[in-house]
Amino acid sequence: MTVQGWIQIALFTAAVFALTKPVGAYLYRVLETEERPLPSILGRLERLCLRLCGRTADDEQTWRAYAVSLLLFSIVGIAVTYGIQRLQGVLPLNPQGFGAVPHDLALNTAVSFTTNTNWQAYSGETTMSYLTQMVGLAWHNFVSAAAGLAVAVAVARGLTRRGGPEGGKTIGSFWADLIRSTVYVLLPVSIVVAVVFVAMGVPQTLSAYREVTTVEGAKQVLALGPVATQEAIKMLGTNGGGFFNANSAHPFENPTPVTNLIQMLLIFVLPTGLTWTYGKMARDQRQGWAIFGAMAALFLAGVATCYFAESHANTALAGLGVDQATGNLEGKEVRFGIANTALFATVTTDASCGAVNGMHDSFTPLGGLVPLLNIQLGEVVFGGVGAGLYGMLVFVVLSVFIAGLMVGRTPELLGKKIEAREMKLVTVYMAVFAFFVLVPAAWASAVGYGTSSLANQGPHGLSEILYATSSATGNNGSAFAGLSANTPFWNLLLAVAMFFGRFAMIVPVLAIAGSMVDKKTVAAGPGTFPTNGTLFTVLLIGIIVIVGALTFLPALGLGPILEHYVGAAGKVY
Amino acid sequence: MSRPAPSVFGRDAALRAIRESFVKLDPRLVARNPVMFVVEVGCVVTTALWVRDLAATAPDTPLWFSGLVTLWLWFTVLFANFAEAVAEGRGRAQAEALRKTRRDTTARRLVGGVSGGREEEVPASVLRRGDVVVVVAGMTIPGDGDVVEGIASVDESAITGESAPVIRESGGDRSAVTGGTRVLSDRILVRISADPGQSFLDRMIALVEGAARQKTPNEIALHILLVGLTIVFLFVCVTLVPFAIYSGAPISTIAVVALLVCLIPTTIGGLLSAIGIAGMDRLLAKNVVATSGRAVEAAGDVDTLLLDKTGTITLGNRMAVELLPLPGVDVTELAAAAGIASAADETPEGRSIVALVTKMFPAAAAADLRGAVFVPFTAQTRMSGCDIHDRVLRKGAVDAVRRHVATLGGNAPASLGEIADRIGDQGGTPLAVCDGTRALGVIHLKDIVKTGIRERFSRFRAMGIRTVMVTGDNPRTAAVIAREAGVDDFLAEATPERKLELIRAEQAKGKLVAMTGDGTNDAPALAQADVGVAMNTGTQAAKEAGNMVDLDSDPTKLLEIVEVGKQLLMTRGSLTTFSISNDVAKYFAILPALFAIAFPEISPLNVMGLASPLSAILSAVIFNALIIVVLIPLALRGVKYRPLGAAALFRRSMLIYGLGGIVAPFAGIKLIDMGLAAVGLV
Repeated sequence: MTVQGWIQIALFTAAVFALTKPVGAYLYRVLETEERPLPSILGRLERLCLRLCGRTADDEQTWRAYAVSLLLFSIVGIAVTYGIQRLQGVLPLNPQGFGAVPHDLALNTAVSFTTNTNWQAYSGETTMSYLTQMVGLAWHNFVSAAAGLAVAVAVARGLTRRGGPEGGKTIGSFWADLIRSTVYVLLPVSIVVAVVFVAMGVPQTLSAYREVTTVEGAKQVLALGPVATQEAIKMLGTNGGGFFNANSAHPFENPTPVTNLIQMLLIFVLPTGLTWTYGKMARDQRQGWAIFGAMAALFLAGVATCYFAESHANTALAGLGVDQATGNLEGKEVRFGIANTALFATVTTDASCGAVNGMHDSFTPLGGLVPLLNIQLGEVVFGGVGAGLYGMLVFVVLSVFIAGLMVGRTPELLGKKIEAREMKLVTVYMAVFAFFVLVPAAWASAVGYGTSSLANQGPHGLSEILYATSSATGNNGSAFAGLSANTPFWNLLLAVAMFFGRFAMIVPVLAIAGSMVDKKTVAAGPGTFPTNGTLFTVLLIGIIVIVGALTFLPALGLGPILEHYVGAAGKVY
Repeated sequence: MSRPAPSVFGRDAALRAIRESFVKLDPRLVARNPVMFVVEVGCVVTTALWVRDLAATAPDTPLWFSGLVTLWLWFTVLFANFAEAVAEGRGRAQAEALRKTRRDTTARRLVGGVSGGREEEVPASVLRRGDVVVVVAGMTIPGDGDVVEGIASVDESAITGESAPVIRESGGDRSAVTGGTRVLSDRILVRISADPGQSFLDRMIALVEGAARQKTPNEIALHILLVGLTIVFLFVCVTLVPFAIYSGAPISTIAVVALLVCLIPTTIGGLLSAIGIAGMDRLLAKNVVATSGRAVEAAGDVDTLLLDKTGTITLGNRMAVELLPLPGVDVTELAAAAGIASAADETPEGRSIVALVTKMFPAAAAADLRGAVFVPFTAQTRMSGCDIHDRVLRKGAVDAVRRHVATLGGNAPASLGEIADRIGDQGGTPLAVCDGTRALGVIHLKDIVKTGIRERFSRFRAMGIRTVMVTGDNPRTAAVIAREAGVDDFLAEATPERKLELIRAEQAKGKLVAMTGDGTNDAPALAQADVGVAMNTGTQAAKEAGNMVDLDSDPTKLLEIVEVGKQLLMTRGSLTTFSISNDVAKYFAILPALFAIAFPEISPLNVMGLASPLSAILSAVIFNALIIVVLIPLALRGVKYRPLGAAALFRRSMLIYGLGGIVAPFAGIKLIDMGLAAVGLV
């Protein structure tokens, strides 16, 4: 660990903090007020899109209608993307002449991008045509993020709208939320960032790959493409699906430390801003900051642990004659170094981004435990665009329930009672996540067609399996790269995990919003447990850690933790 | 007075509870509690495996180990059953005393209702709503009802524990009688108001016995969470089996079941129903009968409390405290006139005037009253007094006296009104005194605030409950008394309609309102309030409208009711936190033990330094079972509520049950492990 490393982490944290309020205020303005910016340009686009959906902006939906709209939209999206991949051979913009993507991989990829996971079982540069990348995949980079943002705002509406006799049962319009998030937030920022990336050396071209002669005189094919535009939304939408297989470790995706910083900030900027938006909607900014506080604490704990672990030697390399005096540099880009790789790994797994600028597979056991645990905590540490906030709000409901009991009052959040129905939905949410992380992993670990994809045996192999199912169910998309996931078994297994990890969790969350929205708001008194202070932040952290730890500790005990101990004892698999 | 709670572990009660713990092993009964049901299924599985191992030549795990684990898993279910049985037993003891009173009573039913002449003798148990019965001195009233004819003194000690008899009469607010109480004098006709088994006492008995106990809303919500956690841990433990096989360290079924039982929230799952029953029971011990658990839970959330002024905040009667003569009138003359005018006034106010005069002006009091004609108070004149030797002495409401003086041809000076207003400003009631056409002065009658009531109200405030005094007085008077008593707000010139409006207004602001009442005209407000506590002395209508009845008829009892409601929730919350926190230590005990043989490198994770893997698992299972027994007294007694404010209360509970829940099992498991090692078992 170096002072410079810590300074860089501190500067990054400060920048995230500084952006929270302005971004949150902008999101509030776009999604909750009538005064949206640039009415003549963006406003026209918004109205055009709404008309295409056959909607007016103010037709509010109940939670059921909202969920149905989201599901229909997503399922159609999966079908279209599947079709494009299967037909890319006969479609234009395919200078490399790639053929149809195999059906299992096409399904996996279609689900992956629709669910904002961006798990990539393929190498972009050898599988996907430019059309597939731009239309089939980049499209989802926008709308899956916009859908997450929409759900988060809808859930926040459910919790914060005043209930009572005159309160409505609606939680907003999915189509308006989706379109506004895309038109006013994702598109403009992506355009600006893409131009910046181009200026910094990220390629943006539709020409074919280029063969060049290297300094050593060898011939090499340079994969190119419309990278810069993809790169901006890949980060901003916490998608993480790289244009190239190496993702943000590739010099064309992430050429300089400055682009690296911008990329990390882009991952966090919307999730952090949403906490402020939530506070604004709750008419109490401190509600938002309390959540922000819990997220920030978990983020800092994660990055510190990861940086600490990566600054030590990797026991897997012992005896190979590698000088590890400065830490574990295996699998890391020297232009970023240990601090920025540890930071990037933490950021990308706190949020459900999944872009990587180093290989998590090559981390030390405890360094690799951090990204894995981040995902298993439910990706609520700022989290994916929207997904982080609504996931965190589920933990908030759970925390309030337990805290409320302990102060002798039936639990209430923002003046609304938490009752059996909400607890049932919270329970479904937790159980779905635990099920789709653990059961597919158990299946894969028990069968030959599961374990044959592993690059490593022993505890590290189990970590690879757990990482894959966690990443899929958590809709993260990053990988412990050791697993060769492009087999029919893994493609289908993870497609199912991604689908349920997204929608079987969104539906209960929307249902919570629906059941909370027209609840009577009771006044807070001195006997009410306050959800806007440090005490609540501490409780929230405790609940997240305990629920996460209790659920996954046994599995982790046989994965990274066991690897750490046997590695320290000099045993290598 | 409060009923002493029967001892938790009285010999007979304990034996009966132990017997019931086994009866409750019936899977159909255990299935109502999914957490314990999972444990029981685990028990059956391990028992079957143990029996199989008996026949095996080389079992996976030593027989003594699998046998002991199985035994302690059974104990876990038994202990949970025992907790419930003890709570039910305590409730039953309370209820039995109540029920005893109504057994074998016979009733004299009037055939054809009130006007019917013929009586018939029937057992009390066949009486239906609407039947009319005759009850004479010495008889036990056969069921809840209203007195429709007559007046009687009734001994209600069987219900209230209060030995002084009370008067019950037809009409008015003292007409309700309770089944099981005894008429001491006179004869009354009672119209039965509840079908057999439907009286509020019957319902309460069912609640405390747990037989007809319905889960309260919050209990259901918590139950769902516990079931959810159980399901998650089921996933965790079942998937651990293939993970272990993959890792080359397969684990035995018995170890997996042990891990599962230790992880699922058995502590709170086993005590949850006992906590609920004990809460009802505590309420009954305070002589409050609730008709539903829901109301008790709501009581913990009360924000606003409406209290009648008279009888609750002030003593029922106003007292004369001062005599204020008009300018030019001697105070002794006023005293003498006031004394004579009140001499025959038997109302508490009248007597207090005589007492004041006697005390302060003994000379004036010694008047010769021969030949006096006393004039009683009427609603028309609103005065009373005395005609003696041509003198016409009157005392009464200021405007009534002013009018009286005018009719006689006199004219009361303006200063009379000024003095009266001044008394009103001080929260008193002015009574003017006149002698013929001469107004003499004013008597200051004062409401006396009950001693200790201020302290009660400050406790309410500390709990976060706003108190509102309801009174028929004018706003000025009300304000003064409100200040003196320390209530937060008041409703003056209250009518039943205004009371109802106030409750609705508070509820519209999102407040939960509690109120106490006794009269029939309180019934709508009692029904509207979230928590309506009817006084046992009140009418049947009031009792039906409210959701609790206070047998002691003490309006400030609400304080205790609120505490019981809060305790109920706190006990659930604290034990849930404790139960979940326990899992941390259990992981540290069991996980290293499961894999220590295959991977000796992980021995640093055995932070407790437990003797052996088998001992670690067994110790965790034993701790998990014993902690249920250890916590039974707490579950029955309830976590103590302190009016500290939510944040402070939470910090405190979190330290004890959250942090304590993490630390305690480390110590407990280690101790059990040392014990096992000491007896040479492991």
